[in-house]
Amino acid sequence: MGMKKKYFQRRHIVELFMKTIMRIALVIVAGALGLILWTIISRGLPALSWDMVSQVPKGGYYMGKEGGILNAIIGSAYLASGGTLLAILISLPIALYLKAYLGDSKWGGYVRLSLDVLWGIPSVVYGAFGFALMIILGLRASLLAGIIILALIELPIMTRAMDEVIRRMPAELEHAAFALGSTKFEVALRVVTRQMLPGIVTAVLLAFGRGIGDAASVLFTAGYTDRIPTSLMRPTASLPLAVFFQLGSPYPEVQQRGYAAALILTIIVLAVSLGSRWLSARLNKYTVK
Amino acid sequence: MSRFITQDITRTEDQATRSSAALRTRQDQAAKRTFFIITLLPVFLIVTITVALLVRAWPIISAYGLSDLLLGEVWRPNNGQFGFWPFILGTVWVTTVGVVLSVPACLLVSIYLAEYAHARTRSLAKPILDLLAAIPPVVYGVWGLLAIVPFVDNVLAPLSDRWLGSVSIFSVTQPTGFGILSAGIVLAVMISPLIISVIYEIFSTVPHDLRHASLAVGATQWQTIRNIVLPQVAPGILAAVVLGASRALGETIAVLMVVGNVPNVPTSVFDSAYPLPALIANNYGEMMSIPLYDAALLGAALVLLVVILIFNILSTLVLQRMLRRKWA
Repeated sequence: MGMKKKYFQRRHIVELFMKTIMRIALVIVAGALGLILWTIISRGLPALSWDMVSQVPKGGYYMGKEGGILNAIIGSAYLASGGTLLAILISLPIALYLKAYLGDSKWGGYVRLSLDVLWGIPSVVYGAFGFALMIILGLRASLLAGIIILALIELPIMTRAMDEVIRRMPAELEHAAFALGSTKFEVALRVVTRQMLPGIVTAVLLAFGRGIGDAASVLFTAGYTDRIPTSLMRPTASLPLAVFFQLGSPYPEVQQRGYAAALILTIIVLAVSLGSRWLSARLNKYTVK
Repeated sequence: MSRFITQDITRTEDQATRSSAALRTRQDQAAKRTFFIITLLPVFLIVTITVALLVRAWPIISAYGLSDLLLGEVWRPNNGQFGFWPFILGTVWVTTVGVVLSVPACLLVSIYLAEYAHARTRSLAKPILDLLAAIPPVVYGVWGLLAIVPFVDNVLAPLSDRWLGSVSIFSVTQPTGFGILSAGIVLAVMISPLIISVIYEIFSTVPHDLRHASLAVGATQWQTIRNIVLPQVAPGILAAVVLGASRALGETIAVLMVVGNVPNVPTSVFDSAYPLPALIANNYGEMMSIPLYDAALLGAALVLLVVILIFNILSTLVLQRMLRRKWA
């Protein structure tokens, strides 16, 4: 007992104390996620109905009458898919250029810095920028404007996520291709993109999830309408704004539907997040280890 | 080697025999030039956003002067009075409360994950943080509205009134639950995945030899972290906090839904506030109907952008340097 007392000093108590509060902090963070999900599910689920996801708003919908938010679901799907496709066209070349030509050089650092800075610009500023641009060009809120702004918001997220995985590619694979006489472009297109496909898919889905949840930017650029858009030049509804506008309503029935819309949005975003994990694990089977 | 890549190489060889080397070199050069131009896009975009906002905000900056705009305390667009001061202070209050609530917990969690946790705990924590980061701002807003605002109104405000009522920054004058504290709590959760992942990444740059040397002479793990690891990563932690703050500064929808949106200069965490992003998003509809209103709102976006650009560039430079540090 004497020995034990001698070695169990103040610093050991501090050690135990720090470890305990660290565990508590971890539980608080994990608990926050649980609380958020529980709040959204317990309030959204009772208001969720088949009509909500299969109908567009009918007359008097915003006073509690019949209809659903199919316009916002389809609108968000258009906006986020369009934005993501456009973002891939820009992100993949940048990520490949960083890998093939810049690497860890000074200029590579500058490009990464500019991407990180872009990532930090809040979506409301992108929205205001889009709005300023639309005034200058004389355009009105439309699906196309929303897609372009979302592509810009997704661009830095997607590129940096791609860059992080592409950077970690084993150099031997490249060397083997170079030794056979391939050009840098051929290596980038035929070796890097295929070997890094799981990471690229993860990056794309990460950006898609960000795009579909973004509200502040589409508020300025895509507008809102009860109709499903039939052309790129028409305004379109979106899920985040459907949540936002319905919660602002004085009618309890409409607010309830806002909670249901929030649940739908949460389910989509979580499915994309978990789906990307699953998909990248599956695709990993087809790469060179 | 897998079949996948083997096939790939045969195909490249076939093409090589078909097309001349010169053609492939030209194709490579063309791709290089195209990719180079696309790579310039991020820088171009930062400049374009700044210039476009500056151009549209210029009418009001030239009419009122920058200091009158930033320090003006009255906001009555109908009378032509555009003072950003209450909104700037609202932004500062909300961001500060969010960061102060978030950073201690984030620091503890990231130290735990980097230094103590088993691989299994770590692999459980990652998806939790990913999901927290994936939840859209508007959903955070709904959570704030349904859970945090009533919690502040029914629990925190009475408690604070009872025990801290004499301290002015904790006094409760307008008990609704909508206000700085509610927004700060929501923000604290929103920015935590970012702060945790950045601090965690910095901790993993410290070589294990340093820790082993300290542990070998009998220091406890916490002593090692405090005396050996923390001094090495301190600048990175500061940068992570600044990064989190800049994320909080620009958060719009979630804050807008719980902060009360009253353009007064706040004095207590229970007061309502009206941060700049909320101002921009709330008034976009009417801004074309009043003279200079659109210039004022785009000017507000410009102010936000400039502050966030400075925060971001500084913290990213520190982080880039720390993550690429070479250890002798």
